Amino acid sequence: MPAHASPDAGQSEDPAGLLTRRRFLTYVVAAPVLTVAASSVITPGKAYAVVPSPPQPENILDLGDVMVAATKQVEDLLVLEVTPDNRVVFRVPRAEVGQGITTALAMVVADEIDARLTDVEVPLEEARQDLGTAQSTGGSSSVRALWDPVRSIAAEARARLVTAAAERWDLPARSLSTRDTAVWAPDGRSATYGSLTEAAAEVAVPAVSTDPKPSSEYRLIGKSTPRIDARSIVTGQARFALDVDVSGALPTVVIRPPTLKGTVESYDGSAALRMPGVMAVTELPSGVAVTAKTFDQALKARSAVDVTWGRGTVDGVSDAEIKERLAKAIPSSTLPALLDQRVVDATFDFAFVNHAPMEVGSAVADVQSGSAEVWLATKSPTGAQSAVAEAVELDVDQVTLHVVRGGGSFGRRIYHEPAVEAALVSQAIGKPVKLMWTRNDDMRHGRVRPRSHHKLRAVHAAGQVLSYEHRMSCVELDLGSGTGQALVDAGYVNPTVGSAFYTLSQSCPYHFGVVTESLNEVSYDMPTATWRSVYSGQARTAEEILVDEIAKALGTDAVVMRKKFLKTAEARAVLDKVATEGEWGRAMSSGTAQGVALHGEYRSIAACLVEIDCRGTKPRVTKAVMALDVGRQVNPSGLRAQAMGSLMDGISTVLLAGNHLDDGAFREGSFSDFQYARQADAPLECDVHLVGGTGKPGGVGELCVPAAAGAVANAYARATGKKPRTFPINF
Amino acid sequence: MPSYAFKLNDKNVTVEAPADMSLLWVLRDLLGVTGPKYGCGVGVCRACTCHVNGQAVQVCTLTAADVVGKKVTTIEGLAPDGGLHPVQQAWMDEDVAQCGFCQPGQIMQAAALLKAKPRPSDADIDKIMNVCRCGTYCRIRKAIKRAATT
Ligand code: FES
Ligand code: FES
Repeated sequence: MPAHASPDAGQSEDPAGLLTRRRFLTYVVAAPVLTVAASSVITPGKAYAVVPSPPQPENILDLGDVMVAATKQVEDLLVLEVTPDNRVVFRVPRAEVGQGITTALAMVVADEIDARLTDVEVPLEEARQDLGTAQSTGGSSSVRALWDPVRSIAAEARARLVTAAAERWDLPARSLSTRDTAVWAPDGRSATYGSLTEAAAEVAVPAVSTDPKPSSEYRLIGKSTPRIDARSIVTGQARFALDVDVSGALPTVVIRPPTLKGTVESYDGSAALRMPGVMAVTELPSGVAVTAKTFDQALKARSAVDVTWGRGTVDGVSDAEIKERLAKAIPSSTLPALLDQRVVDATFDFAFVNHAPMEVGSAVADVQSGSAEVWLATKSPTGAQSAVAEAVELDVDQVTLHVVRGGGSFGRRIYHEPAVEAALVSQAIGKPVKLMWTRNDDMRHGRVRPRSHHKLRAVHAAGQVLSYEHRMSCVELDLGSGTGQALVDAGYVNPTVGSAFYTLSQSCPYHFGVVTESLNEVSYDMPTATWRSVYSGQARTAEEILVDEIAKALGTDAVVMRKKFLKTAEARAVLDKVATEGEWGRAMSSGTAQGVALHGEYRSIAACLVEIDCRGTKPRVTKAVMALDVGRQVNPSGLRAQAMGSLMDGISTVLLAGNHLDDGAFREGSFSDFQYARQADAPLECDVHLVGGTGKPGGVGELCVPAAAGAVANAYARATGKKPRTFPINF
Repeated sequence: MPSYAFKLNDKNVTVEAPADMSLLWVLRDLLGVTGPKYGCGVGVCRACTCHVNGQAVQVCTLTAADVVGKKVTTIEGLAPDGGLHPVQQAWMDEDVAQCGFCQPGQIMQAAALLKAKPRPSDADIDKIMNVCRCGTYCRIRKAIKRAATT
């Protein structure tokens, strides 16, 4: 809870310089004492006798807690404003790339301050160095991290508005009520918040409680609410970076090297410069940029530029070599099986996977002497701002970085290459530019989920799992921005950030005795990135496949076996839900089958049951039933949307979509050969059930990927009798 | 430079453009119509889907010359006068959009399908090739079926 609130603080202690130009009510709430969430470990119910595993680090402190703590530290810098025209404006220190967090946060603000949802605005905050990594979007932590701070400042605002109305009407503040963006007196009089905002800013001490309301009084939180920007999206009005109208911004594309991170040795742009509309040809560290009056002209002029390329960083390297090195990077087993024990083991390989957001990398930049302005969809605004400043040799505070809505991210927009390229070109030619990566650029030079190799081994005897090992190796993940930077800020040393991330995100949900999990990263200078659910996308998928194989070895049904070994009641509840709703075990024709899996992370848990049909030319998931316990549900419709999207990621990465590395270059170039799921790959039926629902919100954006991927792989195994080992299966 | 005349969202337009200029960039860069999105430029992602004489087409694969004298409709012109087409309404009712980037193309595709087949089957819907990287396919299917009954 806020220790004190001082509306004058805007004048005197305004580190961002944001508040002085505001005439209206602005709250600055003091930072509360930092607390770390307690362990959520639950001991197994009496009915299940298993060999217990001690809590793992992720159970005590997970990655999202790091983001929650980072946000808490800057809580006093978050700004909620009530304008005289009765708008309640909360500047969201996060990116909106399709997760629906702006809708969820608008609902929280509206509910807590008692405003109409339509009176709430949630613009994306510009890059603010004072917010630092607390402005990063990642780790499925946005609503989780902002839940307490946003309710605090909205409750504080409401208390001040009530106090201002009480003073105006000379009535006891406790006799007043609030609804519909207004304060109401017992006699039916009302005053809009907008009419009270200036007086409320003068309130020294609120006369009513500034505590957030109890959940029993929520009107919006917990009710399915369509996206607040739905109308602008369906009418084509929603603006992405390249739709922003920046006067005179010139279309720019970049000719990129034939292999990853190749360099420009020399180039001749003279022929291109003679082509119609072409304005400039500019060398960049990443290639040669062509600027023209239209994108069409810029794209066509690329072939007229003669570039001599230097070697890339992984020339000569292909998938086979990496696969071998990853396998060698895994230490041998430390826990040998004794004579009366049995082993279930398997190795798995996951291919590189591009993020392929629908909106390709793009940015608008206007660099002038002494200042720069950038428009970018970014999950790491302060990182992007610093990178641009460094590239064009300006101070960070000379760069204004507007955060624009993004057309998907899946981890991609933690990195900000297009902004740096756009800024460099703008600086070189002295004009604003809008720079776009082509789909080919994004596929061949954009980032990828690192290829990974997994060795799993469980030892069991007498119906118990005594030990369980998971050794993962992968191409080194670049965590140099966003949540990775948040870990560095939290004290994790740079070379260990990958393993810190792994440790804070991984835990085995089962009591499998002695559990050992480790990650070895193999260094290749390649453009890798966090990909929705990060290490869990592969690691937990592999585990859920092995769990099915352990169940088989124990002669137990996959659901019964999971229920026996699961650590928490919440996990058993979501599993029970999908088993019941999805009619687990129903008779199915040969070539079709069900599969089930679950995954817990981000203080949430999800189970998924799918049915697959493997009789046609390619397997199709025909039905999916999911169940989620994400703690407090802010917007059930948005939660279901995230589950459905994650399901498509599970289907795609297990069955269809990956990228081959051939001699230092990615083979796939567009959606013609990168086979991300389309309508014909989506289930005809998809039901998402929400269970639980109390306490604070957990994370959900990435939660369902491993559960969905595991369920698809397990269904495939059951339908075909083949053990899935390399992904995607059809590659 | 040659000039081309066609009807864009019910208004007559004449545009001067190189003969080989992609219609996607004619719309976006010359006419300032940004509803159609670039997602691949080669006709496979379908984020740029618009209508030409009522048929769904990928404007990145056409030129201005291809639409001379024809009716081009973008997402901005699907419903007259700031209203909503039944497909747009169904999209809102089913809360389809996530990032929203593919949705202008998805909606134009669905509207054309419903015009040709007022009661599309699941097999008809399966034929839609528009990529939605956010994976909104299940809600797209529901929204198409909802629009079919309104
Ligand atoms: S941009 Fe036209 S189909 Fe992809
Ligand atoms: S809603 Fe994001 S690509 Fe379809």
